[in-house]
Amino acid sequence: MKSLIETVFRLVVWLFVAPLLPGIVNRVKSWIAGRKGPPLLQLYFDLARLWKKGVVLSTFASPGFVAGPAVAWVAMVCAALLVPLGPAGSTINFNGDVILLVYLLAAARFCTVWAALETGSSFEGMGSAREVSYAVLTEAALITAVLSLSVQTGSVALNGMLSQSSGPGAALLAAGLFSVLLAENCRVPFDDPNTHLELTMIHEAMVLDHSGPPLAVILHGASVKLLLFSVLLSEAVLPLGGMSPLAAAGALAGAVAVVTIGVGLVESLLARFAFRRVPLLLTTAFLLCLFALLLAWKGGTQ
Amino acid sequence: MNETMNLLIGLAMGLNLMALGSSRLPSVVRAMAVQGVVLGCLPVIIERNFDWLVSFVALVTVLVKGFAIPTLLQRAMRSANIDREIEPFIGYVPSLLLGAVGTIASVAAARMLPLLPEHAETLIVPGAMASIFTGFVLLVGRVKAISQVCGYLIMENGIYLFGLLLIHSTPFLVESGILLDLTVGVFIIGIIVDRIQRAFDSLDTRKLTTLRE
Repeated sequence: MKSLIETVFRLVVWLFVAPLLPGIVNRVKSWIAGRKGPPLLQLYFDLARLWKKGVVLSTFASPGFVAGPAVAWVAMVCAALLVPLGPAGSTINFNGDVILLVYLLAAARFCTVWAALETGSSFEGMGSAREVSYAVLTEAALITAVLSLSVQTGSVALNGMLSQSSGPGAALLAAGLFSVLLAENCRVPFDDPNTHLELTMIHEAMVLDHSGPPLAVILHGASVKLLLFSVLLSEAVLPLGGMSPLAAAGALAGAVAVVTIGVGLVESLLARFAFRRVPLLLTTAFLLCLFALLLAWKGGTQ
Repeated sequence: MNETMNLLIGLAMGLNLMALGSSRLPSVVRAMAVQGVVLGCLPVIIERNFDWLVSFVALVTVLVKGFAIPTLLQRAMRSANIDREIEPFIGYVPSLLLGAVGTIASVAAARMLPLLPEHAETLIVPGAMASIFTGFVLLVGRVKAISQVCGYLIMENGIYLFGLLLIHSTPFLVESGILLDLTVGVFIIGIIVDRIQRAFDSLDTRKLTTLRE
């Protein structure tokens, strides 16, 4: 009974904290640009408004159009429950849960793409093609980062991998994972979340035809993904296992805030890259993670 | 001491990849210059006791590789009015991957070599091999004369790194001779770049393969 209450409590924390991050990013962006900007809780209002609206369904679309976002959201929340929250550990943990995490992220992406292709719109087809082709490179980087963490700590469970520091390759790993975070969450050098030009959108192009509650679910899932990646990045770099529980919780919260502000800064100071330069950047992220792996492997044998 | 040295050589290896991955010539030149400065500082770190000669060689190396040569190249670039490699023989992603494979291979190969125990702990040999390989890729894979010069200079950085193994037995005259050669070489290349630009209206070395009256 106690564990059930604890699980529900964690779920509530993940679901309610997540929409705060895009608010922070937007506040940083407007602060840099000298504007007042939207309120910090804007995404909560948007979600509530979308939830009350009706759904416009294409006559061509199969039930997958609605099921896709729902399954993607569930996969994303399950992935979030696998990630340990600093000293509190994770809800579900077993040996090799990191592989499940990678697959859940892939499943969420697959379902979003599936729902996007349901309406048969050419823009959504373009967006899906881009999303999937970039995902090939980001997943390679993510898996290499996970491998290097695993080699460094000698553990294949997320709880063990993320509680120690990632050793000498921490800086490389941080840079690589930050690029993966930006690419996976469609942030600026890779994609512009504010763009209104269908030809250049990636993620936004996939959700053009969604409305009402499905769109709310997609937006909420995206914010959970951002929180998940920032927690993953912070825990990979910081040696949280060696601190006292209170200090570790504080450090984790601080690190997530720093990562979010960093995303906002990158977004205000950089322009998005041309499509042909994106693979180069993602390859660089992959190489950063690869060299972190090399360092972990070489440091381990000496 | 080994920690600092390995960190600096690791930085130089990262700069190799930066030079391979960037399409803008000024950033290739900058990567090459920073690498020269980083490697120029190494003799001071290797030498345990303060030595006038070694410090002087290090200072001159830093000045020549970090400031004199990049300035010459930048002037050549400005007079030729180019700042981008448009279509390299080997694309940026493939050359970046090639460079990474070369770096990993040189780390693996250096472990098999019969090195002195004091050198086996450091990254000097792998760093040297990685820089030489990067220089090769730049020389072969780029078409603009200036990127090829950068490739040549990165290769020279690798050879210099290799030479650090013999720092105690190389005479001062050899070091200064190499630096002088390099400076004169880059100086002449700067003039040649200007001439090529005037004669062919481009710095594409592919146009230099046919002989004409």
